[in-house]
Amino acid sequence: MSTLLQTTALDTVVEAGDGALIAVPAGGRLRIVDTHGNQAVDTLLYDANDIDNRYSAFDTVREQGAVYLTTGSRLLSTRLDELAVITDDTCGRHDTIGGACSQESNVIRYGEHTRHQHACRQTFLVYGEPVGIGQRQLGHNINFFMNVPVDSTGNLHFEDGVSAPGKHVELTASRDILVLISNCPQLNNPCNGWNPTAVQLLGWWE
Amino acid sequence: MSGYSHEIPGGAAWSAPVRTGREITLTALGADASVSVLLFGADRLDRLNVPDTLKAQLSACVRAPMVLMSDRGLALASVVSSSLEWHDALTGFGHDVHLERFAPSSYATDRNDWRRSARTGLVSELTKHGLSEADLHGCVNFFARVGITDDDRGTLGLLTGIAREGDTVTLRTEQDVLLVLATGPHPLDTSDYAPAGVRVEVAVGSMTPADDASWGFRDESARALEQARRVLV
Repeated sequence: MSTLLQTTALDTVVEAGDGALIAVPAGGRLRIVDTHGNQAVDTLLYDANDIDNRYSAFDTVREQGAVYLTTGSRLLSTRLDELAVITDDTCGRHDTIGGACSQESNVIRYGEHTRHQHACRQTFLVYGEPVGIGQRQLGHNINFFMNVPVDSTGNLHFEDGVSAPGKHVELTASRDILVLISNCPQLNNPCNGWNPTAVQLLGWWE
Repeated sequence: MSGYSHEIPGGAAWSAPVRTGREITLTALGADASVSVLLFGADRLDRLNVPDTLKAQLSACVRAPMVLMSDRGLALASVVSSSLEWHDALTGFGHDVHLERFAPSSYATDRNDWRRSARTGLVSELTKHGLSEADLHGCVNFFARVGITDDDRGTLGLLTGIAREGDTVTLRTEQDVLLVLATGPHPLDTSDYAPAGVRVEVAVGSMTPADDASWGFRDESARALEQARRVLV
């Protein structure tokens, strides 16, 4: 299969705080462009034929022997099937241990005054619902363009993004997958540069 | 009311409902023990959220006096004390594929010493409670320690020779929980098949928020405990 034969199947903008559910066939490439820079894109992957076979952050981390995701990272499922591979990455490093924001975790992290702020978990549930993705099907996600460094002493931090305007990351699907995206609305930490912005999704497949 | 004690051999799995305000003490029964633990809240639907637990308390591992937090932002349990400073929560539980380097094993050939992965045991226990593979989530591998390298990839690997027989960790339940655990080998363990067992002791604990280390650890820890307390009002 030559990529030259693949046509542009997707070219869309996901506004700040919005989401998307994208079906990517095996061999298809999905590119996420951090249009304005420092924008966390919370992402979950599912086997399109069995949503219980879903992305597993900790299986992915263990099997690659490294915490951060970048080009070459095999994104594994809870059954250790390869759902996709990161095949291009101009950012260089992405998080998968920081999870998504929710109204409830915002209360824990920032206080009761953030209870009614929009959060990724709602977006996941809204866009996942049509295909049966509910609370039980939400595993621990990838945060593209987000920087959550850990160190040898066991500390973990949220830092300003390593991304910049125009940087992108590209997945190639290893089987038919569903990609569930929340373009993070978080206002209380530097993961979105304190100002959530739109991202572009580009897809190439037959 | 007195508590109880139960020993789980290596390579086995177990589950038990534990009411709020109990102290659960896990004791390693051998060196290099690794006990993969899943936790569910009172409704058996809300469950341990390792990423939320770690990021709220700025830690890459579980250690005293951290609070273990759920998807819905409630404290499930607090780590009251531990003889170890690091419990792995980044590398998940073992799968059957991690046992393929050993000879094939079955009940027919090995009786109750047959080798099963932590995942197989965890799913078996979940099924008993009407749950399933869909309810698997990031676990804590108590007693296991990984080493993280300060490099561009965040390279990590299992460190052995840390946990010894007799090492302990004590959790206090902050709501009624379902405890699910497996003693299969850690998935990064490359040694011969000899997973250590664990003793589980459940005792009636005391709730002393005023001078409690978990309530006083971080504002985030206290807020998770406060949200769980509201459920019990």
